[in-house]
Amino acid sequence: MHLVYPAVLAALLFSVGVYGVLARRNVVLVLMSVELMLNAVNLNLVAFDAWLRDSLHAGQALTLFTITVAAAEIGLGLAIVLLVFRTSGTADIDRLTALGDPNEDTAEPETAGASENKAAAV
Amino acid sequence: MLLATAGPLDPATRSFLSPTGVEVVFLLVGLAVLGSAVITVTTKQLVHAALWLVVSLGGLAIEFLLLTAEFIAWVQVLIYLGSVVVLVLFGLMLTKAPIGRSPDADSGNRWVALGVALAAAGTLVTLVVDAFRTSWVDLGAGGGSTKVTGESLFRHWVLPFEALSVLLLAALVGAIVLSRTRDKRLPRPRAGKLRAGKPVGSNGPAARVTASTTPPQES
Repeated sequence: MHLVYPAVLAALLFSVGVYGVLARRNVVLVLMSVELMLNAVNLNLVAFDAWLRDSLHAGQALTLFTITVAAAEIGLGLAIVLLVFRTSGTADIDRLTALGDPNEDTAEPETAGASENKAAAV
Repeated sequence: MLLATAGPLDPATRSFLSPTGVEVVFLLVGLAVLGSAVITVTTKQLVHAALWLVVSLGGLAIEFLLLTAEFIAWVQVLIYLGSVVVLVLFGLMLTKAPIGRSPDADSGNRWVALGVALAAAGTLVTLVVDAFRTSWVDLGAGGGSTKVTGESLFRHWVLPFEALSVLLLAALVGAIVLSRTRDKRLPRPRAGKLRAGKPVGSNGPAARVTASTTPPQES
């Protein structure tokens, strides 16, 4: 097989992922586009591993590592997205412009009580 | 026998005009992968985007099989189709994604994004075609079978493998810590202390303060 086929497919898939990351608004869809980009990299790694016939199979080992890291990334990313959705009420990237919690004033006594409880527990 | 350099040294023997069967299948599956990926990033229905992602990732598993990376293909099916897509669907549902068509799925700067993506695609494809036009992958059967991959993984890559398990554990703990709800509740009993005769959370100054601030609850 010509090496051009998997390499071009990986390049095009990566570009599709770049478009998705830049153009999407929902955070979960951005994460899906990131998965597409990671898969393009995986395809490149596997193709070059088959081309170079590496005796250590570094390409395939690295692909396995990438898949595992992507699984960990999507788990943590979705946990963060759910936390952001719970605090600010939206999963829209364009509306998440402030770093701080918008209703921090109302949450002040709760955090005081929580710290008090923590101090009592210690 | 220098197998690694056998590819680039015989450029004239292989033509693009007479593709082999593997190449034809690779091309067709690749078109399906690209099409479903494009639908994934452009569709207005958010749940459909996740389902088209399934098609794209499954097609990539077939591409891995065609590249003789058998074990990677099944890991791809297990992890991506099995867990990542399910997690993404859970994320879409838990963030109250609209089921029907949502007109604001795409950001306002989508034309800039399209320009950037087209520029990246043009640059990368030009570069890759120019660099690997004559390279030939000599696909041997069993190059990425479970036996070969397992041997290389547990002989040469043991330490990264174990570090990866630590990373997975840290990610698991982090996800649990992040997604824990921090709402107000009664203090739980501390471990190692017997509380005979008293209801849970009715002793200690902190509990009394919380009980005075919180509205009275039925016992």
